[in-house]
Amino acid sequence: MAGPAGAVELRRISKSFGSVQAVKSVDLTLDAGSFTTLLGPSGCGKTTILRMVAGLETPSDGEILVNGNRINEVPIHKRNIGLVFQNYALFPHKSVFDNVAFGLKYRDVPKEESRRRVAQALELVRLPGMESRLPSQLSGGQQQRIALARAVVIQPDVLLLDEPLSALDANLREEMRVELKKIQRELNITTLFVTHDQEEALAMSDTVVVMSEGESEQQGPPEEVYNRPASAFVADFLGYSNLLEARVLASNGATTALELTDGVNVNADSANGHFGHAQVKLVIRAEKIGIASEWDGSNGDSILDGTVADVDYLGVTARYFVKVGDLRLQVIGTIDEHPFREGEAVKLRIRPRDCVVLGSA
Amino acid sequence: MGNAGIRAFTTLVYLFMFAPIAVVVLLSFNSAQFGSFPIEGFSLKWFEELFNNAAIVRAFQTSLWLAIVTAIVSTTFGILASIALVRYDFPGKSWINTLLVAPVLIPETVLGVGLLLFMLWLSQPRSLPVLMLGHILISLPYVVLVVQARLVGIRRVYEEAALSLGANRIQTFFAITFPLLMPAIFAGLLFAFTISFDNITATIFWRPPGTETVPTQIYGMLRNSISPEINALGTVMIVITVGIPLLAGALARYFARAKP
Repeated sequence: MAGPAGAVELRRISKSFGSVQAVKSVDLTLDAGSFTTLLGPSGCGKTTILRMVAGLETPSDGEILVNGNRINEVPIHKRNIGLVFQNYALFPHKSVFDNVAFGLKYRDVPKEESRRRVAQALELVRLPGMESRLPSQLSGGQQQRIALARAVVIQPDVLLLDEPLSALDANLREEMRVELKKIQRELNITTLFVTHDQEEALAMSDTVVVMSEGESEQQGPPEEVYNRPASAFVADFLGYSNLLEARVLASNGATTALELTDGVNVNADSANGHFGHAQVKLVIRAEKIGIASEWDGSNGDSILDGTVADVDYLGVTARYFVKVGDLRLQVIGTIDEHPFREGEAVKLRIRPRDCVVLGSA
Repeated sequence: MGNAGIRAFTTLVYLFMFAPIAVVVLLSFNSAQFGSFPIEGFSLKWFEELFNNAAIVRAFQTSLWLAIVTAIVSTTFGILASIALVRYDFPGKSWINTLLVAPVLIPETVLGVGLLLFMLWLSQPRSLPVLMLGHILISLPYVVLVVQARLVGIRRVYEEAALSLGANRIQTFFAITFPLLMPAIFAGLLFAFTISFDNITATIFWRPPGTETVPTQIYGMLRNSISPEINALGTVMIVITVGIPLLAGALARYFARAKP
């Protein structure tokens, strides 16, 4: 036995279905008690990874370790995992009690203790006293809570959540998001969460793993993944970003001057990327660009002249498409009274620390 | 054609379909020796005679046994085959599926002759086991079709959830898949039972000498004379083949209401 309880490690894990490589040599470590999210578009391999940890798929290559022990060959029913599905998967012919107690039955838990633990689990998901109901008598949100209770009552080493919120409607989803996170904290249970929803990923995770085409693009805390995307895919997938070609003009230890297009230059923090190349890709988040009719003074900030081409009015904010030379920049700005109008001349402020530079284009 | 016209036409169609059956049932309660209208008087004597006729009682027992064993065997194999075909992938899967369902499409006469020739090739005489094998062959496709359709509708996540909670494959089958399959299993049993109990064409080819099922017994009796006993036997057959599914349906509805 090595490593803390509930720690999971994937070592160069791969999975092929026929000629299709769904997962390509992914390394991933889940610390005990941490909440890790696999985030990516459909078909990126995130669910396949979860199913391999669960034991529903066998890796083609690589190792899965729980608490330092290789579990590749351990069949699913001996893995001690809690699994929650997108569509709840409560047994329709069993009462809430029988659903939640199902896992305890195969662990030879005595009847009395079983009853107590089921009651505790229902308390945890805030549905006490529901034991005798049938799944069909519950709402979607309630069913998902029962599914969660069923998964955690067996005190699993790892909790695996496969898009558990996506079948719920929007309001309920946000409510459940907060609650799920709270329960995870309370139980301090190692959790692997799969979603295509970036808000869920950013709101809930200790670590976000952004995946694309079977590969892990970036792993890190939500702020880091959001603010310092490691690849064009991550920048594009999370939020609204401007992804621009740029040429390095001059660089010193503190700032680097970049030319975007004829006569449009910005300064970037030299710490924000690799400047080993003459030609680079520059990422600037749409909401990090300041938009106003006038900016005064600057401490290294770049001020660009532009014209509003399109306005997407969103209430609290507006998303503008601003023409700067022959560039089109996305800018999200808060609205004071009324948004800028199409054709209006504006000034954009770009701070060096918001300019993230990716390797060669 | 107006609404009234459609109604009249519909009535005629139903009359054409069910009048002969009604006549058989009515005449079985007739006290007269020869089937004729109007009915002379109400009597249960033909039923009484039925139960005193040793040949008929024997045929009835044979049919009942045959149908029960056929139902149980073909449902068991039907469930196993369906699980293999729906839940697993293996080479030649679609071929096996087609072969399993093929007996539905093949004329029973061809099937009857075919099995006989096959048994001849194996130099096996016609016997009760051969007859039973034949009935299983005929009813299995229906069971497979019914159970397969239901199994496709049972999402795999239920089984995956059970496995993740610590039940092994066998335990998962009995705790989850089997109860969820129950309506289809019930339907499969009934199908197989009625198909076997009703069958005459193939049975004529396969039955060993001296063995009669109810349908072949009726057929044999008809060749000699039209006895009112046959009407009574027909009525019993109708009650069994129509009544059992109706009863089963009612039971299923009752249980469904008790446990939604």
